[in-house]
Amino acid sequence: MTNMAATATQPALNRTYPGRFGNIVFGGAAWTFAILVLILLAGVMISLVIGAIPAFKQFGLQYIWTEAWNPVKERYGALAPLYGTLVTSFIAMVIGVPTSLGIAIFLTELCPNYLKRPISTAIELLAAVPSIIYGMWGLFVLAPLMQKYIEPAIISTLGNVPGIGAAFQGPPYGIGLFTAGVILSAMVLPYMVSIMRDVFETVPPQLRESAYGLGATTWEVVRSVVLPYSRVGVIGAFMLALGRALGETMAVTFVVGNSYHIATSLLAPGSTISASLANEFAEADGMQLAALLANGFLLFALTFTVIGFARVMLMQLEKKYG
Amino acid sequence: MSSTVVRTLRQATFGALAVVAFAGAAHAVDITGAGSTFVYPVAAKWAEAYKVKSGTSLNYQSVGSGAGIKQIEAGTVDFGATDKPLEADELKKNDLVQFPAVIGGIVPIVNLPGINNGDIKLDGVTLGGIFLGTIKSWDDPQLVKLNPGVKLPSTPINVVHRSDGSGTTYNFTYYLGAVNADWQAKVGAATAVEWPTGVGGKGNEGVSALVQQTPGSVGYVEIAYALQNKLTYTKLMNADGFFVEPKLSGFQAAAANADWAAVPNYRLVLANQPGKDSWPITAATFILVHGKQTDTAKAKSVLGFFDWSMNNGQQIAQDLLYVPLPDKLVKMIETTWTSDIKSSDGKPVWP
Repeated sequence: MTNMAATATQPALNRTYPGRFGNIVFGGAAWTFAILVLILLAGVMISLVIGAIPAFKQFGLQYIWTEAWNPVKERYGALAPLYGTLVTSFIAMVIGVPTSLGIAIFLTELCPNYLKRPISTAIELLAAVPSIIYGMWGLFVLAPLMQKYIEPAIISTLGNVPGIGAAFQGPPYGIGLFTAGVILSAMVLPYMVSIMRDVFETVPPQLRESAYGLGATTWEVVRSVVLPYSRVGVIGAFMLALGRALGETMAVTFVVGNSYHIATSLLAPGSTISASLANEFAEADGMQLAALLANGFLLFALTFTVIGFARVMLMQLEKKYG
Repeated sequence: MSSTVVRTLRQATFGALAVVAFAGAAHAVDITGAGSTFVYPVAAKWAEAYKVKSGTSLNYQSVGSGAGIKQIEAGTVDFGATDKPLEADELKKNDLVQFPAVIGGIVPIVNLPGINNGDIKLDGVTLGGIFLGTIKSWDDPQLVKLNPGVKLPSTPINVVHRSDGSGTTYNFTYYLGAVNADWQAKVGAATAVEWPTGVGGKGNEGVSALVQQTPGSVGYVEIAYALQNKLTYTKLMNADGFFVEPKLSGFQAAAANADWAAVPNYRLVLANQPGKDSWPITAATFILVHGKQTDTAKAKSVLGFFDWSMNNGQQIAQDLLYVPLPDKLVKMIETTWTSDIKSSDGKPVWP
């Protein structure tokens, strides 16, 4: 009886307020999904902190700047993986930023039409390669090449320069922080290129054409018109790439050398936070597990800082130039 | 009227499904296990053969020894598998019974041009020295003294170790600790240690790739991996002072000569066992099951699987370069089952 009554009234309701019920459902769902992101983030953060508490209790804040990783004696410190994470990402950006800028400028300003599509597709395909494939390629193909040709060349040239020479000395292992940085640069390149290409294309043709009309060269147009117009997007692209480089796991684990010692040379093996997690999580328990979770928390904080820093920078840029 | 028909039909279908599900459950009690990646290839083959024979299927998650221990402690699987045997108090705390299931070997591998399998002889002092970083070059006087007649190059030694936590590393470092006092004092034994020198490769494949790429490298891998990938292994001095090659018979000798009865809970690491043929870095994988079983049929099913594997699965194990347990040890293990594994009414589950 009651069922029948309900079904009888519903169509009438719908007739009076067309679409209203659907609207409520849609709005509610959208709200729920948006809030879900916040809950998820808070959940990850809280569980990382809870898991990491034993490590911070045991070692204190100096955990962050201690260089130690000894599961037998249960002494841990995050400095070596933290250093490796920053250095590999830095190398990736040093190689990736100019390369991706060059590719994006070429694609939007210089590229003949018949080449545009093949290059763009190739870039998009690079982004679609799973990171484990980059890792295996790095280990089996790139590492031997680095060891036989590239690293010896670097050691015999840059290694002799006074001052910075120390960063390019030692035996050519083929794997290490430098190789990891090179692989990372290849992995973040497609992200930077495709975002930058898109923002460069938003530059109004009138601006570009009038600059050319005034007799500006391509370089002058890029420097004085395209880049200033799209700087927010370009910096956003760099930050997105940096965030990805900081957290990249599988490919780095294969080629970084996985040593918890900080060496002066960039060619020496090192470790990163995500590589330490990937390597040891399955077999870890007790304090080792807490230390790994503490590393995870530090990576979280690091990425958060990078994104926050990017936001602040973008806001200041917008204030400055309107 | 029509809704009644639908309801009846629905109930009938549900009932039929329940009967099917129940019949399936009664037919064979499926078992689950988790842990050691080392034992996975042979466990998978055993499971396949045992399924054909008995209808019981095994779902084994090869997630690593540490995770396997956690899962059996939590009771989410029927058995756990670990390369590192547990201590008596850990077993007691979680009411676990431990026994070995299969044996394998770990070998040092080298990459030196012109050097073939077994050309180089190493002992505990030199192997430990190499991995400690105190022996830095292949023409070090200590190595030359051990290897008269072998042309050792002056290449620097490039040490390669596992980067991931691993039972292989546990057994290798345990061996180094047993034969080299310096190693025991400075590094010790664990699934991951603070390596004094060298680079880390992920998994057996990572270690062997790094060794193969760099002349002058030395690393350690499971024997199956070394043979399949044609890596150059060395001879090692065993506890009785003989230089031996890594062979299945050598691993079996180590397992047979080990005094299993002398240690409670089979808590025996097979490194550096006596006997003139024994290979010094032999390792066992251990199975963990609960001592008090609430589901007797399931417990019978788990033990039945291992009973069949240890008594009938030897050929399968050998094909995959594992060493089956010696018969004497299998009998001992089955006696342990009878005395230590009880159903909830206190009666032994096995046989």
